[in-house]
Amino acid sequence: MITLNHYLVLSGLLFGIGLVGVLKRKNLLMLFFATEIMLNAVNIGFTAISNHYGDLSGQMFAFFIIAIAASEVAVGLGLLVLMYKRKTSVNLDTLTTMKG
Amino acid sequence: MFETIAFYLFSVLTIAAFIVVVTTKNALYALSSLAAGMILISGFFFLLNADFLGVVQIVVYTGAVMALYAFGMMFFDTTTELREVQGNPRTVFVLSGLISLLLVIMLVAPIAGSNVTALFPMQEGVGNAEAVGMVLFTKYLIPFEVAAVMLLVAMVAGIVLASKKMDNSLTLEEDA
Repeated sequence: MITLNHYLVLSGLLFGIGLVGVLKRKNLLMLFFATEIMLNAVNIGFTAISNHYGDLSGQMFAFFIIAIAASEVAVGLGLLVLMYKRKTSVNLDTLTTMKG
Repeated sequence: MFETIAFYLFSVLTIAAFIVVVTTKNALYALSSLAAGMILISGFFFLLNADFLGVVQIVVYTGAVMALYAFGMMFFDTTTELREVQGNPRTVFVLSGLISLLLVIMLVAPIAGSNVTALFPMQEGVGNAEAVGMVLFTKYLIPFEVAAVMLLVAMVAGIVLASKKMDNSLTLEEDA
């Protein structure tokens, strides 16, 4: 029998994988991928709680998170293209211009 | 029984796909396994009786977001491998493991202790898509409109940012 906790643990695991990606990668495109993973992990948690309580609010939140993720990708990719034109690299370390 | 098998199958496949995303060096492998993971996640939504959200997940994520990434990757030179310098990988894994454990505890603890009542309970005999529509266009109408404006702003921003100096060739950097 699959309970709410199964889904919440899975959500936490996926969020952890995304967090590892955000901390580990230097490629900005991969950083965006890891952010998508984290957003999806949260969506699973919201939907599981929504199903557990028989309440639609969780699904609504997941729906708005999907909308936010879509607009984040549009703006983020635009910025990434702009950065690649300026620096000819998608490496995160090329952005460290403030040396104290 | 069926739900159990499906849950574990989808879990293992999703975790494997996402581990590939965060560990691979090839951007194309990461992109395709991320798309696979998105489709597998929609399986969870169908298991959780959120049919509408599952369809939206497939359409928006694997249809729109992944296509956008694929188009965006045409602007970059993805064949060059980035040298990923890192101090101590063990620190990263321990820290992120601890943080995710903490997040699970934080999320589970208050819910287990309190009795939550459903604000918008699911009605009998109404399909998921209809119920979502009814709640979305009554209680969540203002956020829905704001989200629509936000998507418009994001679209304009994406076009403006990406189309700057579109006539200049990226491969002829010395001419620029």
